[in-house]
Amino acid sequence: MSAQNASASAISSARPNGAGAAAILAAGIGAFLVAVFAILADRFPAIKSMMIFWKPTGPLSGVTTCAIVFWIASWAVLHARWRNRNVALARVNAAAFALLIAGLLLTFPPIADLF
Amino acid sequence: MEITARSLWTLIHGMGFGALYLMACSGALVELYRRYCTHNPALPTERDARFLRIYLVAMAALAWLAVFTGAYIVYPWYRAVPPPGTANLAAFPQRLLMASPTTSGWHSLGMEWKEHVAWIAPISITMAAGVVLEYGRNLKNHPQLRNAVLGFVWISLLAAGVSGFFGAMINKNAPVEGGPVIHIVQGEQK
Repeated sequence: MSAQNASASAISSARPNGAGAAAILAAGIGAFLVAVFAILADRFPAIKSMMIFWKPTGPLSGVTTCAIVFWIASWAVLHARWRNRNVALARVNAAAFALLIAGLLLTFPPIADLF
Repeated sequence: MEITARSLWTLIHGMGFGALYLMACSGALVELYRRYCTHNPALPTERDARFLRIYLVAMAALAWLAVFTGAYIVYPWYRAVPPPGTANLAAFPQRLLMASPTTSGWHSLGMEWKEHVAWIAPISITMAAGVVLEYGRNLKNHPQLRNAVLGFVWISLLAAGVSGFFGAMINKNAPVEGGPVIHIVQGEQK
């Protein structure tokens, strides 16, 4: 084993993947929630009114603030649970990318308007 | 030569933060791939890792500045409601776009998509910066982590690109104008 590979292995064994997995899954959740809150605010007038945190910006202020708060909260919770563990990253990545792509597509008005 | 305050803020939002973020995305993708995703077994140097950390944190700051200036400074001017009976809609870009079937799509599709999809960029790049800050050189030894980071940076580029394209086209069709006029250069009189 070369010195570089030995060094790489030593570093790898010192750091579980849980912290990274938490950040990745939380980002997927955050992206998805932007779309979900936007659709809810568009669909239900009561939610639209509730989402007006700052009148000049309208419901967008609440939609994005709520998504950011839930994203940060989910990141903190997942980080606390996973930071010292190795998790099944393939499954976490698949879930995170599914949420991310869903978030991307659901913000597209012709798709969002289907709901 | 002069510019209105609203036009200047639109420029800062789009060209200052947004366009700079888009350009920075290509650099981040190249750097992440070159340092972490190639088959070269050597670990990146500590100097390279520090550079990437600073670069991604700066990108995250740019992305957040772009969406916050957009949502809380420029967007209220864009969506302002004119008083009843207003004939000239030049100061009310959303209403100006919606007043004609040839331009209404720039709002109903363009702005409606842009105002939401743009937020995926800062969320994604903040995650990328967080992972790189957490793992540093060690990211080289986590292929699934670095592939996910690379994927999210690609999606953030796409989200920022959509936002940038529609922002430019909307501002071309119905510019955000008004506010105090800033004189930049006194032109020559013929």
